[in-house]
Amino acid sequence: MDVDPKSLTWGDKMGMMLASGEGQSKALGLSLESCTRERTVLRLPWQEKLVGDPTARVLHGGVITTLIDSACGFALMSHLEKLADIATLDLRIDYLQPAVPDQDVLAGAEVYKLTSSIAFLRASAYQTDGDPIANAVATFMLGANAPKYQTKRG
Amino acid sequence: MTATLVDAVRAARETGDYQTVLESIPYMKFLGLVVEADEKGPICRMPGSDHIIGNPVLPAIHGGVVGALLESTAIMHIMWSRESLHVPKIINLTVEYLRSARVVDTYAQAVITKQGRRIANMRVEAWQADREKPVAAAHAHFLLPREDA
Repeated sequence: MDVDPKSLTWGDKMGMMLASGEGQSKALGLSLESCTRERTVLRLPWQEKLVGDPTARVLHGGVITTLIDSACGFALMSHLEKLADIATLDLRIDYLQPAVPDQDVLAGAEVYKLTSSIAFLRASAYQTDGDPIANAVATFMLGANAPKYQTKRG
Repeated sequence: MTATLVDAVRAARETGDYQTVLESIPYMKFLGLVVEADEKGPICRMPGSDHIIGNPVLPAIHGGVVGALLESTAIMHIMWSRESLHVPKIINLTVEYLRSARVVDTYAQAVITKQGRRIANMRVEAWQADREKPVAAAHAHFLLPREDA
């Protein structure tokens, strides 16, 4: 079935981009839960192969890191409404409590300050809304890998 | 499951081979990590592969995966230095992304900046072809497991 691209919302496009994605997002099975200019939420299905502590069957912190970094990247592109050339500069995460085994993890991210070259984001990962398992702040650089776009000065 | 990790650590104490410890931790195995140690501690190597890519255009390794390598290396360092039977719990992590990480072998090694009875403060660096040009660095705090061995 053909879809008229004009009928797609930005969120639809981001969801399709994630669904058709390669690499780590695909390997983790990330999906787009919701997406607006203000806030993007990704979902990570619980998987045994992502466990970091086999005794307690708790997800590895690195999985949460990747989920949050992805959510921040998608939140920034959704905020800008373009496939911007972005790169993470800095990511700080507090791991508040272990993820409960056998339950999906959601991560929501939002841009709270945007300058011409830097975006500041907040994110949190949770299994139950309002009870975060991790809180994060991140800074992203815009135009990171395309020096030819950085010629507009002054 | 429990016996596997504990058995692997007990065996590693004898042999000095921590790869079996690493492979009893599912996510580290999922990333394809390989651990070797020098006198300063474990060096974890993450082979470049399609499934760790974050930016397919460059291409570059996913920033979160680089963070995961740094965290995993810190965990292996604590288990190596304390001969711990349990995985230390991460409290917080700050990752600084210094260079784009190309999809090739990436290495990481940790140092314990300060170790108390309950908390370890760690510094970890990741590099690719040139150790003098790290692609990322991290500071992290871990809650040390209470040993019951």
